[in-house]
Amino acid sequence: MSIFSRPSFYSDKKRELPTGLWQKCPACSELIHNLELQQNFRVCPRCDHHFVQPATERVEMLVDAETFEEHDANMVSVDTLKFTGQASYTERLRSYQKKTGLKDAVLTGFCQIQGLKLGLAVMDFNFIAATMGSVVGEKLTRLIERSTQERLPVVIVSASGGARMYEGAISLMQMAKTCGALSRHSAKRLPYISVMTHPTTGGVSASFATVGDVNLAEPRAMVGFAGPRVIRETTHQDLPAGFQTAEFLRDHGLVDQIVHRKQMRETLHRLLSYLHNIQ
Amino acid sequence: MKLQPLEFEKPVLDLEAKLADLRSSSAANDINIEAEAAKLEEKLEKTRHEIYTKLTPWQRVQIARHPARPFALDYMQLSFTDFVELHGDRLFGDDSAMPGGLATIGKHKCTVIGHQKGRDTKENLKRNFGSAHPEGYRKALRLMRMGEKFGLPFVSLIDTPGAYPGVGAEERHISEAIALNLREMMALKTPTVAVVIGEGGSGGALGIGVADRVLMLENSYYSVISPEGCAAILWKHRKHAPEAAEALKLTGQDLLGLGLIDEVISEPLGGAHQDQTAAVLNLRLAVTKHLDELSEQPLEQLLETRYAKFRKFGEFAGA
Ligand SMILES: [Zn+2]
Repeated sequence: MSIFSRPSFYSDKKRELPTGLWQKCPACSELIHNLELQQNFRVCPRCDHHFVQPATERVEMLVDAETFEEHDANMVSVDTLKFTGQASYTERLRSYQKKTGLKDAVLTGFCQIQGLKLGLAVMDFNFIAATMGSVVGEKLTRLIERSTQERLPVVIVSASGGARMYEGAISLMQMAKTCGALSRHSAKRLPYISVMTHPTTGGVSASFATVGDVNLAEPRAMVGFAGPRVIRETTHQDLPAGFQTAEFLRDHGLVDQIVHRKQMRETLHRLLSYLHNIQ
Repeated sequence: MKLQPLEFEKPVLDLEAKLADLRSSSAANDINIEAEAAKLEEKLEKTRHEIYTKLTPWQRVQIARHPARPFALDYMQLSFTDFVELHGDRLFGDDSAMPGGLATIGKHKCTVIGHQKGRDTKENLKRNFGSAHPEGYRKALRLMRMGEKFGLPFVSLIDTPGAYPGVGAEERHISEAIALNLREMMALKTPTVAVVIGEGGSGGALGIGVADRVLMLENSYYSVISPEGCAAILWKHRKHAPEAAEALKLTGQDLLGLGLIDEVISEPLGGAHQDQTAAVLNLRLAVTKHLDELSEQPLEQLLETRYAKFRKFGEFAGA
C-alpha cells in the first residue's frame, strides 16, 4: 500500500542545517541528526516518537505540491492592552517572529490533498506555544468563512498552550468567534476534521479543536483542558496512567482515530472522500 | 450573615466600630454626644465613598469573590419569580455547581442556568466552589435547546473561578462540553442574555456566555486567566496578582471600553452584598430591559447580530 508520497516542491527552500546539530529523542534517548529528523517529518526513526513539527514543514508534508495558497500571510498581532509583565507583549512577539520566521502562530490557506480541495490551517507550537490571540482567531475564522463560501471542507491541525493571555479577554473571545464560524460551516453540511497534535490544551482544546465531525490525534499527543500540574494541585489525586494522551482520549471516546504523521495525508483524503460530496 | 471585611475596607470598619462604641457608651452613661456622632457619621460616609468609588481592579476581584455576595440561586429566586429547578444532563449526572431550570423575569418566561458557589465548607463541597464539570455545561445546553423548542429565551448567570480541573472532568471531556456550547449558542434560535455576577473565569465562564447581550455587574470580573495564575506565569509569583489584574483589563468598565460587553449593571456602594435587595432589583431591571428589546427582533436579525457581534472581536494589523 502506498502510504505516503512526499511532496516534490521540497527543493527551493533552505533545508541545510549546520552540521553537528543533534537532538535526543525524549522517548528512546536516540541521538538524531536534525536534518534526518526533519526529513523523517520530525518523527524519531527508531521509536516513532512524534516531535513538534514546524507549520511550514507540516503544510509541505500534507498538501499536493504547489497547491497551498496562503491566506492573510501578513496579519500580525497588536498589543491592544499595552501588556507589560516581565517582558512586554510587543517584545515577545518580535523575538518569536525573529526566532521562527513566522508572523504569528497559524498558517491558513486553500490547498489540495490528493486532488481534493480544502481549507487548511496548521498551528505552530514554536510561536509563543501557539497560543490563540486575535491573529490566530481571525485567520481561522476567515479560513472557515471562506471555506463555507466556497463549499470546501476544513482541516485544522492544532497545537496550543491555550489562549494568549497578553490579549486578555480579547483572546478568550476568539474561542467563541472560531466556534461560531464552524457552526455556520457545519450548517451547510460541510465536513470539518480536527487533527490534534502535541500538545493541544486550554482554550484551543475547549473550542475548535474538539468539535470536528471527525477528531484525529497524533500518537502520544497530550490533549486536555487543564494542565496535569494544576489538576494534581487542585485534586491532590494521582493521575491515571496515560492521562490526557491521545490514546487515553480515544479510549474515553473523544478521538476517532490515532493517526501516525506519515499516514495523515492519506487518512484525511480517505475521510473527506466519504464526508465531502461534491455535486 | 455577618459580612467578612476585606483588607482595604478596614478604615470603614474602624469608623463603624467607633460609632457603635460611642452610641453604646452614650446609652449607658446617658450623655448627649449627638454632635460627635454626626461628625463620625459624616466621616464614615466620606471614607466609604472614597474607598468604594475608586476601587482598583484587584479590589473588585476581591469583592467579586466575596462569600456574602448574592449567588446565582439568590438571583434565580429573587430577581426571577417562580423558579422551577430542573436537574441533570441526561447523559451522566447532575452538576450541583451549575443549577438551572425555568423561571420568569418581568414578562419573560425563560430557561436559566448559573454557576453556584457555597457560603460555607459544606455547601462549597456540594457546589464544588462554583467550578462545573462537563455535566453542568451539558445540562446548560439541554436547557437552552428545550427553551428553543418552546420559545423561551435563555439567561445565564456566570460566577465561576473556572471549569473544574480534575480527572473526571478530563475523562468526560470538559473541553468538548464547553466547545460544543460555544458553537451551539451562536446558532440558538431564541434570545439569550448572559450576566457575569461574580467571577467570569475563562472558558468556564464563556461556556455559558455566548449571548445576544453580555452584561457584567459592577464588581464582577471576566478574564482569560485568574490574576494569580497570570502573575505566576508572567511575573513568576502570585503576589503580583494586583498588577496582573490591572494588566488583564478584566473589569466591567474595561471590557465595556474594549467593546467586549454590552452593559455594566451598577451595584450598591461597597458591593452587591451590602444591599442585596437593591442588587437583585438592578439585575432584574437590566435583564428585563434587554429581553424586552431582543424579543422584538425577528429571529434572523437576532442571529445575524449575534454572529456579527462576536465576529468583530479581535485586534490585529497587516490585513
Ligand atoms: Zn525515539
